[in-house]
Amino acid sequence: MTMPNALSIGAARGAVELKQFFRERSSVVFTFTFPAVLLALVGSIFDSDALTGAVGGGQVLTASFAAAGIVSTSFVNLGTALAVERDDGTLKRLRSLPMPPVSFFLGKIVLVVVASVAELVLLLAIGVLMFDVALPSEASAWLTVAWLFALGITACSLLGIAASSLARSARSAGVMTTLPYTVLLFISGVYTPIQTLPDWMAGIGSVFPVKWLAQGFRAALLPEHMAAQEPAGQWELGKVAVVLALWCVGGLVLCLTTFRWRSSLTR
Amino acid sequence: MNDTAIRVRGLRKRYGGTPAVDGLDLDVTRGETLAVLGPNGAGKSTTVQILSAQLPRDGGEVAVLGTDPAQADRRFRSRLGIVSQTAGDLLELTVAEVVRHFAGYYPRPRDPGRVIAEVGLAEQAKRKIRQLSGGQRRRVDVALGVVGNPELLFLDEPTTGFDPEARRRFWDLVRSLAADGTTILLTTHYLDEAEALADRIAVIASGRIRACGTVAELVDDREVTVSWRDGGKTTDTPAALIAELSAGYAGEVPGLTVTRPSLEDAYLRLTGQEAIA
Repeated sequence: MTMPNALSIGAARGAVELKQFFRERSSVVFTFTFPAVLLALVGSIFDSDALTGAVGGGQVLTASFAAAGIVSTSFVNLGTALAVERDDGTLKRLRSLPMPPVSFFLGKIVLVVVASVAELVLLLAIGVLMFDVALPSEASAWLTVAWLFALGITACSLLGIAASSLARSARSAGVMTTLPYTVLLFISGVYTPIQTLPDWMAGIGSVFPVKWLAQGFRAALLPEHMAAQEPAGQWELGKVAVVLALWCVGGLVLCLTTFRWRSSLTR
Repeated sequence: MNDTAIRVRGLRKRYGGTPAVDGLDLDVTRGETLAVLGPNGAGKSTTVQILSAQLPRDGGEVAVLGTDPAQADRRFRSRLGIVSQTAGDLLELTVAEVVRHFAGYYPRPRDPGRVIAEVGLAEQAKRKIRQLSGGQRRRVDVALGVVGNPELLFLDEPTTGFDPEARRRFWDLVRSLAADGTTILLTTHYLDEAEALADRIAVIASGRIRACGTVAELVDDREVTVSWRDGGKTTDTPAALIAELSAGYAGEVPGLTVTRPSLEDAYLRLTGQEAIA
């Protein structure tokens, strides 16, 4: 009698997670479409902004929102889903099955990767169609996008899993993820160039991954001369990688110490 | 193979300072259906969750299918089926998708299509869980509990919210599983359900087993109540009493009734609820 292997169960979990996510209106509308709607709105408002010089505001915003979008499909998505699943007994039931825990997380990884790739494509499509974004043609730019994507969703997924433990019930799940997410978009230079923020605000924003991920996407997607618009006057890709990697490590430690299958409130 | 499916000695579990299970002993034989009856908060669900490796215990010895559930691994879990409180998840998937998915966790599952038919959801197989009624969702829970072809099935208040017809169909399903040799531990509020399905009944109150046995063993057959228009008496020799009464009335005894104690009487006595009744 052989047990089904962890990888095949993980793949089956991934399929179930994707079906659940894309069939559920609230997750599709909120987690998935929300960053796109914001980009379309904010981009239209600031597109003619002279502040950004030769490059249209919509183009800068597209690059920054690419980062915000995958934070939504990783951090907000996982944090909210796990808090709800912990509260409604889903996790408890899964734990009682002959399922290797690794398969559960494999399923979540499949969900986050697929949803984030789709999110990125959607945001770039809006950028191209609405704001005349010229996508880079060099392979090196896409290589940068690839590692930013991988590091970014890893760090944000781990932080989302950790944040889900802060929510005491499904009802507070949205607050524990959406609130920090929305605040970080403001203080990380996603909506407005980071130089326009008060120093203390930019300082706080610089601690968290969103600022660095957005900066990285601008480095990959905008013309080289736009680096002058950054606070440091350059893209700082090395620093971006280090900060995101540190958040991956920190997020993993937080997950390992806080993850629970059952709610402390249910028996 | 060992004859004992479950052996529990001195099981203890506290929530905060309050004992939920307080020195519970229990034996379940392989192939047996045992019903655990008890009021809310008696420790039924806690016991089931400990035995099915969903909750750690504070003390006592437990062996389930020869394994300590505290050391549960995948192989052990694959031999159990659990139907507990409904989880509010998987609402966007269809019945067929969910049952097929759950079958994939087990090494030798039952045929998902057959299981769906057995729980009476064949017509709803392509519907999303969201579109089902409460009773139908409960039947999905049951399907998920049995699709792994378990040796030991835990049914924690499985028919709460069922209409009478759905309950009867569920009983038939449980009987057919029992006939196939599945060991079943059933907790329920319904005395008729315990009587209809169980080989033996354990009555639990305040975290301990108060009595365990067949219905005949639980019900004290010697306490027969004879009542008539002018009085009443509890006796273990009702026929003699009636003969005596009949002689006294010179024929028919007016308003004569003879009541044997029911499982309900035994249950209320054992759980200390006589006063409420």
